[in-house]
Amino acid sequence: MTTLVAATGLVRTFGARRAVDDVSLALSAGECLALFGPNGAGKTTVLRILAGLLRPSSGEARIGDVRLPDPAARGRVGLISHRSMLYDALTARENVRFAAALHGVPDAEEATVRALAALRVADRADVAVRSLSRGLQQRVAIARAIVHAPDVLLADEPYTGLDAQGGAALTALLRERRAAGAALVVVTHHLHEGLALASHAAVMRAGRFVRFERAEGLDAGRYATEYQELVA
Amino acid sequence: MRAPGLLAASWAIARKDLAIEFRTRSAFLSSVVFSLLAIVIFYFAWDPTAVGPLALAPGVLWVTFTFSGLLAMHRSFGVEAADGAIDALLVAPVARESIFLGKALANVVFVAGVQAVSLPAIAIFYNVPLAGAWLPLLGILLLATVGLVAVGTLFASITANTRMAELLLPVLAIPFFVPVVMPAAQATADVLSGRPIAESFAWLRILLAFDLVFVYACTVAYPFTIED
Repeated sequence: MTTLVAATGLVRTFGARRAVDDVSLALSAGECLALFGPNGAGKTTVLRILAGLLRPSSGEARIGDVRLPDPAARGRVGLISHRSMLYDALTARENVRFAAALHGVPDAEEATVRALAALRVADRADVAVRSLSRGLQQRVAIARAIVHAPDVLLADEPYTGLDAQGGAALTALLRERRAAGAALVVVTHHLHEGLALASHAAVMRAGRFVRFERAEGLDAGRYATEYQELVA
Repeated sequence: MRAPGLLAASWAIARKDLAIEFRTRSAFLSSVVFSLLAIVIFYFAWDPTAVGPLALAPGVLWVTFTFSGLLAMHRSFGVEAADGAIDALLVAPVARESIFLGKALANVVFVAGVQAVSLPAIAIFYNVPLAGAWLPLLGILLLATVGLVAVGTLFASITANTRMAELLLPVLAIPFFVPVVMPAAQATADVLSGRPIAESFAWLRILLAFDLVFVYACTVAYPFTIED
């Protein structure tokens, strides 16, 4: 299978602190990594390196054959952050269409409508983002991240602020992207949701992967108990 | 899918910035009000028996444009910092130089808009004849604005995520504005005094050289300012 995301020996330091310490991973098309860990474990830093937003202090990350942060690699990535990354004075449609334009999506308007509809927020397309609730803003942020149908979707706490309907739409969307051959990395504190989505699960602590395994067949209840012991 | 080239991406970013400003108008109105207040304060502090209007007006004009321009440039990266929108720009497969060029282009339009309101106000308050001077004046404004915006936009990017960015931006940028403001004010004084534009060519050459050097240097330097 084609390796879509490859990270080798990633280290990232901030001053004297090693936020990421020798992390390696490889994900092929259709695979999903659920990344768990306590606050400050280095999950978001790994995600930012894989998105091309941060250069590793050592090691390298690749999307397909292209080393990050090359634009050709960044163009295949969709990023959902715990911040909305939206312009609150613009409408939902304008925000998503702007992202589509920057990614060179051929029919930006049609792709925008499709992305907003997938998150069930098409009826608010022409409302300024600042007038939307936190949950609806998160849906628009997700629509912005997927408008160019990325091969690699990186999601940092994507369920933040979503209600049950929004959460279900997001889960369906992530499953659909996986089935379409995208590789996913989902950072979450929700172990059950993460394990239900993922093909692989990893736990980070103090910048390192302290557990990495295939997620299929894992007992979520037992995993939760072991996780608590691991990060305690 | 083919990502847009440098100019297409710059244009998309500039259009987005102008759309945001057009929608909110907060920074534009603040800059215009600031400019008008500065012009009025200078007017009331002026002793026309000691200094003639043609000697004072060019200085007032460029002091006003410099500081109102800083308000615009501070705003340009503020909109990106609010909800982490800069990350979405940086993940997009466009050259990072296009972010700088797009921001700078929007800032040139913004500052030109402020100048379009402030210039007639200066003409009225200081009784400066603009009728025969508007074309050369337009050239001076354009050359000087490009230089001010290039430097100001770069420093706005550097200071955007710092505490007290409003204070830090002028402290860093104003020393670099001196080589623009001085020839711009001199050339403006020449033009407003009715001298032929040929007498100002030396000043215009300095402005042009500054523009060429700093637009290039700031564009190339910008990607390094956003590295974490």
